[in-house]
Amino acid sequence: MINLKKNNAAYYMFVLFLTLFAFISCGPKKFYSNRVDGKKIPVTEQYAPDSQIENFIAPYREHIDNDLDSVLAWSPVTFDKSKGKWQTNIGNLMADVTFEKADKIFYIREKKHVDICLLNHGGIRATIPQGFVTARTAYEIMPFENSLIIMALKGQQIWEIAAYIANERKPHPLAGMQIVMDKDNSVKRVTVQGQPVDNSRIYYVATSDYLSNGGDHMDFFKKATASYDMDYKLRNLYIDYFKEVDTLPVNTSERIIIEQ
Amino acid sequence: MRRRDFIQKSAAGSAMVLGGLSLSSFANIPDTEGTKRITILHTNDTHSHIDPLAADDPKHPNMGGAARRATLVEQLRAENPNTLLLDAGDIFQGTPYFNYYGGELEFKVMSMMKYDLATMGNHDFDNGIDGFYKQLPHASFDFVSANYDFKNTVLDGIVKPYKIFMVDGINVGIFGLGIQLDGLVDKKLYKETVYLNPIDVAQDMSRILKNDEQCDLVICLSHLGFIYDKDKEKVSDLVLARTTKNIDLIIGGHTHTFLSKPYVAENLEGKEVLVNQVGCYGINLGQIDFYFEKGRKSFKGRTINVG
Repeated sequence: MINLKKNNAAYYMFVLFLTLFAFISCGPKKFYSNRVDGKKIPVTEQYAPDSQIENFIAPYREHIDNDLDSVLAWSPVTFDKSKGKWQTNIGNLMADVTFEKADKIFYIREKKHVDICLLNHGGIRATIPQGFVTARTAYEIMPFENSLIIMALKGQQIWEIAAYIANERKPHPLAGMQIVMDKDNSVKRVTVQGQPVDNSRIYYVATSDYLSNGGDHMDFFKKATASYDMDYKLRNLYIDYFKEVDTLPVNTSERIIIEQ
Repeated sequence: MRRRDFIQKSAAGSAMVLGGLSLSSFANIPDTEGTKRITILHTNDTHSHIDPLAADDPKHPNMGGAARRATLVEQLRAENPNTLLLDAGDIFQGTPYFNYYGGELEFKVMSMMKYDLATMGNHDFDNGIDGFYKQLPHASFDFVSANYDFKNTVLDGIVKPYKIFMVDGINVGIFGLGIQLDGLVDKKLYKETVYLNPIDVAQDMSRILKNDEQCDLVICLSHLGFIYDKDKEKVSDLVLARTTKNIDLIIGGHTHTFLSKPYVAENLEGKEVLVNQVGCYGINLGQIDFYFEKGRKSFKGRTINVG
C-alpha cells in the first residue's frame, strides 16, 4: 500500500506513456477524404434515352397530348402581354373572362355580384398565338395552381389599388374598374362599374389566391373584410371558357386612361 | 516494428511543429488497396420535367429529359458502382405531368433511375401535404428533412431528419433542410408542418452525424437557395456553409442557380465546404467524387478540383 503510493507518479507516467503509445502507433487506420472532384454534366441528346424509361413514360405522354391538343377555340389575333403600356389584349382577355366567370359563380353561391377583377401582369406566362386554342394554351398562360378568390374590400382599398397600379406602371389585368391619371401618373378619378368610388361601401374583387395572400405586394388585399374561396383553379376557368366560345374576343378598351 | 513505427511518428510529430510539409512523406505512403472513391450524383428543381425542353426553348433548347438522364446515370454507375443519386427538392410542379398525375410519374421514373434519397422543396407541397403523402408509395427512395417538424402531420415518422448509407465501407450521412414555408406556400397546403431554424438544426445534425454516428462524409440536401443578393443574411446555402462545421458538401436547390462549377465556401472552422446546385428542370446532373485514402488524416487538408 505504501509502496504503491510511493510509485504513484511513476505508475501514472507509465500508464500515460502506454496510452499515448497506443493512441499514436496502434490507432486504427481510418479512411480519410483527401481529394474531391466536382463538376456539372449537361444532359444533352448525346445520351440516348433509356428505352425502358422511355417506354414507361410513353402512355402517360400520349394521354396528356390527346387531352391537351384537342382544339377548343380559335384565336383571331396573337394575344401578347408585352404589347401595351397600361393594358394588353391578353390582360384584358384574362381579366374579362375571369370577371365574367367569377360573377356567375359568386351570384349562385352568395347572391352577390363581383365589381372588379384584378390579376397580375407577371402571372401571364405565355402568349396565345393566332390560331387554334387548346387546353395546352391554358397550361401555358397559367401553369400555376392558383385558384379564384373573391375579396371584400372597402372603398379606401379601391383607391389603394389605383395607387398601386399607378406606382407599378405595369399593365396588370383589370376589369370593372377605370383609373384616370394625369401625365405624371397621379390618380385623378376612379370609377367602378361606371360609378365613382363610394368609400362607405364594400366592393367585391375577383383575384387569385396567390395575390390575395399578399403576392406581388398587393397588400390592400390583406385589409379585406371577408374572402370567398371559389375553389376553382384559374386554369380550369380558362379551359371551361375556351370550350364555351368559338372565337376569342379581342377587347382593347382602356381601363387606365392618361389625361393630357 | 512497433518501435520503429513509434519513432517515425515521433519524428513526424516534431517535424509537424517545424513545418507541416515534411509530414506529407508519411501521409502519402502508397497504398493502392487503401483508396476508395464515392460518387455523389445530384439534381434539383426538376419540376416535373420528364421530357426534354422544347426544341424552340429560348434558353435551353432540347436539354434535359429523364430518359436521357437515366442513361447518363447508368454510365456513371458502371464506371463507379459506389454511387449515390440524390435530389434537393421541387420534384413536383411545372408540366402537365404533375397536373394530371399528381407526381406519380415523377416518383416512378426516379425510382426506376434508382434515386437513393431526396429532400422536400416548397413545390412538393403544391397538392398539399396529403397529396405528397399519397404519392409516396410510388417512390422507392426516402425523403429526409431535419428542420420541418412533421409531428402533427401525416408525414410524422415517414420523413426522417437524416439517413446514413454505408457505401464501400464509407459511412455517408445525409440530412435534409427545407425553406420557410410561411409566405411561400399556402398554410392550408402545409398544414401543421413547423419550420425550424435551419442553422440551429444543421449544427445539431452535423454534430450527430460526425460524432455520434461516426460518419466519414456529411452531406446536406438543402432547398434553402444558394444566396439572396437582396438580403445576404437571409438563410441560404452560403450562409449555412459559413455558420456550421463538419459538413463536407451542400447540395442545393430552390433558386434555380446554374453554377458553372461547384462553389468552394469556408465553414466556421475555416475548412472548405463544397456547395453545388445545377440549375433546374433536369438540364444538368451534378457529379461530386470523394476520394478516400487509408491512413491517418493528412494535415495538408484535401485537394479540391472543380470545373
